[in-house]
Amino acid sequence: MSDTKNFMFLNRRAPYGTIYAWESLEVVLIAAAFEQNVSLMFVDDGVYELTKSQDTAGIGMKNFSPTYRTLGDYEVRHMYVDKASLEARGLTADDLVQVEWEDWETEESVDNIVEVVDSERVAELLEESDVVFSF
Amino acid sequence: MPIEVDGKTLETDEEGYLVNLNDWVPGVAEVMAKEDDLELTQDHWDIINFLREYYEEYQIAPAVRVLTKAVGKRLGKEKGNSKYLYGLFPYGPGKQACRYAGLPKPTGCV
Repeated sequence: MSDTKNFMFLNRRAPYGTIYAWESLEVVLIAAAFEQNVSLMFVDDGVYELTKSQDTAGIGMKNFSPTYRTLGDYEVRHMYVDKASLEARGLTADDLVQVEWEDWETEESVDNIVEVVDSERVAELLEESDVVFSF
Repeated sequence: MPIEVDGKTLETDEEGYLVNLNDWVPGVAEVMAKEDDLELTQDHWDIINFLREYYEEYQIAPAVRVLTKAVGKRLGKEKGNSKYLYGLFPYGPGKQACRYAGLPKPTGCV
C-alpha cells in the first residue's frame, strides 16, 4: 500500500469564532474518501472542539460537535488530545466526546478512538506523519 | 424553485434541496419523488428515515460510502451496496435520497 500516507490534522483553535475548526472537519470528511490513514490531533484551544454538551444557540451558529462522533464511520482511526492543553483548561478526558470505531466486515471494534497523550507523544506522532494539515 | 407541499410553499435552493431543514414533512419526499417520476416504496422510506436519523444524531448528511455501510448494518447485508441504493435512487443515493429527506447535500459529494 505504497500510495497510502499518514495524514495528520492538527487542530489548535476553539470551535467557534473562526472558521478553522469547521473547515478542518470538512476536509477530514472528504479525506476519508481517499482511503488514507487519517488521524486528528487536538492541542491548545483545539481541545475545546471535542468537549461534550456544546450549546451554540446564543451565538447563532450551527453546533457541529456531534459530527466528531461519526468520524469512526469515516475510517478515522485515531483522535489524539494533548494532555497538557486539557489540564491547562481544567478539562479531563471525561469532558470529551467518545468516538466509536468499528470495522463492519470483521466486526472488530474500538469503543473510543479519542486518546489523551503527553507532549512527547504529540511530537512523535507529528514526526511520524507524512502530511500535517494545520488548522 | 419553491415547491408546494400540503398547501404550503417551501423554499428550495438551485439544486432542489430544502433551504430550511425544519420545513421537512413526509410530503416533501412525496412531491419531489413525483417530479422525478419515482414511486416511493417502503424500501425508499427506510433509506430516507435512516438519513434523517443520521442527520439528527451527527448533524451532517453521510457520505455515500458511510451510508452504504450503515444501511448494510441496519437493514441487512444484501442492501448494503451501491447497486441496491442506486436501484432505489437512480440519481445517486447521496444526492437524491438526501434531497428527499430534506438534508443538505453530503460533504464531498460533487
